[in-house]
Amino acid sequence: MNTEAQPRETASRAQWLEQKHADYRKKKLRRKSQVLMVRSSLLLVFFVLWEAGARMGWIDELLFSYPTKVFGQIWDDMVSGSLWPHLGMTVGETAVGFILGTLIGTLLAVVIWWSPFLSAVLDPYMVVFNSMPKVALGPIFIVMFGAGFTAIVITTLSITVIITTLVVYNSFCSVDPNLVKVVRSFGASKSQEFCKVILPASFPAVVSTLKVNVGMSWVGVIVGEFLVAKSGLGYLIIYGFQVFNFTLVMSSLLIIAAVATAMYQLVVYVEKLLLSRR
Amino acid sequence: MLPVVELKEVTHAYLGDREASLAIEDLNLSVSQGEFVSLVGPSGCGKTTILSIIAGLLQPSRGEVLLSGRKTAGPSPEVGYMLQQDYLFPWRTIEDNALLGLELTGRLTGSSRAKSLQLLADMGLEGKEQAYPAQLSGGMRQRVALVRTLATDPGLLLLDEPFSALDYQIKLQLEDLVSETLMRRGTTAILVTHDLSEAIAVSSRVILLQPNPGRIRRIFEIPEAIRRTPPLYARDLPGFAELFHEVWKEMELAGREEM
Repeated sequence: MNTEAQPRETASRAQWLEQKHADYRKKKLRRKSQVLMVRSSLLLVFFVLWEAGARMGWIDELLFSYPTKVFGQIWDDMVSGSLWPHLGMTVGETAVGFILGTLIGTLLAVVIWWSPFLSAVLDPYMVVFNSMPKVALGPIFIVMFGAGFTAIVITTLSITVIITTLVVYNSFCSVDPNLVKVVRSFGASKSQEFCKVILPASFPAVVSTLKVNVGMSWVGVIVGEFLVAKSGLGYLIIYGFQVFNFTLVMSSLLIIAAVATAMYQLVVYVEKLLLSRR
Repeated sequence: MLPVVELKEVTHAYLGDREASLAIEDLNLSVSQGEFVSLVGPSGCGKTTILSIIAGLLQPSRGEVLLSGRKTAGPSPEVGYMLQQDYLFPWRTIEDNALLGLELTGRLTGSSRAKSLQLLADMGLEGKEQAYPAQLSGGMRQRVALVRTLATDPGLLLLDEPFSALDYQIKLQLEDLVSETLMRRGTTAILVTHDLSEAIAVSSRVILLQPNPGRIRRIFEIPEAIRRTPPLYARDLPGFAELFHEVWKEMELAGREEM
């Protein structure tokens, strides 16, 4: 090895490398700001066109409303406080559906992992239930649980639980059998096998189903609210539609987009937190 | 003195949907304290099956396995098993990986932890205790796997081609390390390998198996001189090459008869 390279040369080499690195970072930064700029102007253009379109009569103002009116509506509802109960209701239902769905789905996966016999027995039922459009069960849930919170959460669960179970169970099964062999060779019990190998090995997969479930939960909740609710963002959309107040529909949609994104980002953040320690 | 392992008339069949195949048939084998036995043979002669049965991971279809005179009924902490690759748990630190066996057998105490850490240091892994497996080279990882296996202080070590996934140079170094460590601790070992020169260099006895179904074909006693010398130098001793050719020829025959 060339450990005795001349010190002068090393110094200039370090400088050169430094320079290269600085250039590289600058280039990367520039690209990032370009993306950001185009991205935000795209949004701006969309709103400007929408506004202009409605005011100039290119699109029907009654059907599509326009941004200043929509944002005005959101602002008014926020100030008057009439928005909060609806928002709280929907977010509450989504959170409950999401958390319960993930927990129950994961638990079910553990149960069928534990008993291959049960897994074989339940397999066709799970396939049928998974392929079925669960929203179609909505009316049955309403009859069973009454029109309200419970029925909406159950609708959400029907969408999230089975898919969670399938994904998590699959990740349990795809753990490297040799890792299992290692603990078995030490005489590990089935519960040790699960706690020491299966769960930690498939933890990333379990966490990443969280992200899928957030989206699914929103679908379940909004559909549920379409069907039964007397409050909530889904209810506002249906109500706005019935009274032909499309400003209300549009503002509800914008709020849903914002809150759903925030929730998704929260889950992504939690995922990062959970997985950073490995 | 009772042999450490004794296989009596062991037969094992693998049962599948389409067929049942005989992996080994009427196998008798006895290994005494401090011996280093290698199992070699063409593929399909049931080498790994034999190890799995001794480890208690598989129950033989017929026959019995005695560990120090006692019948086995599942994995026992007296037997350590080392696999082809390290299979360290990527989410655990090196220290936690090394302590896995103690943790699982409920024997993790202050002193057993200290002993394992000392063992890690002996293997040249000092300062790596808090690292994760992904940060280590292949040779280092396999040494951690060795520590993990030795930490529970097994009287018998089963080695399933533990060097086959390594670079040649690392493999030679590790052979020396393992052979020296086991000799010092007086651990009995059974090695499965497809590398004949490795088998001759590290063991006191080489057992050649023949396939379909797996059976012992011939047993080669390794001369004292080769047995006493570290594996790396044993390869240069007089008599080594001759022995290698003898085993090689016999193995060729075993493989050909099957065709």
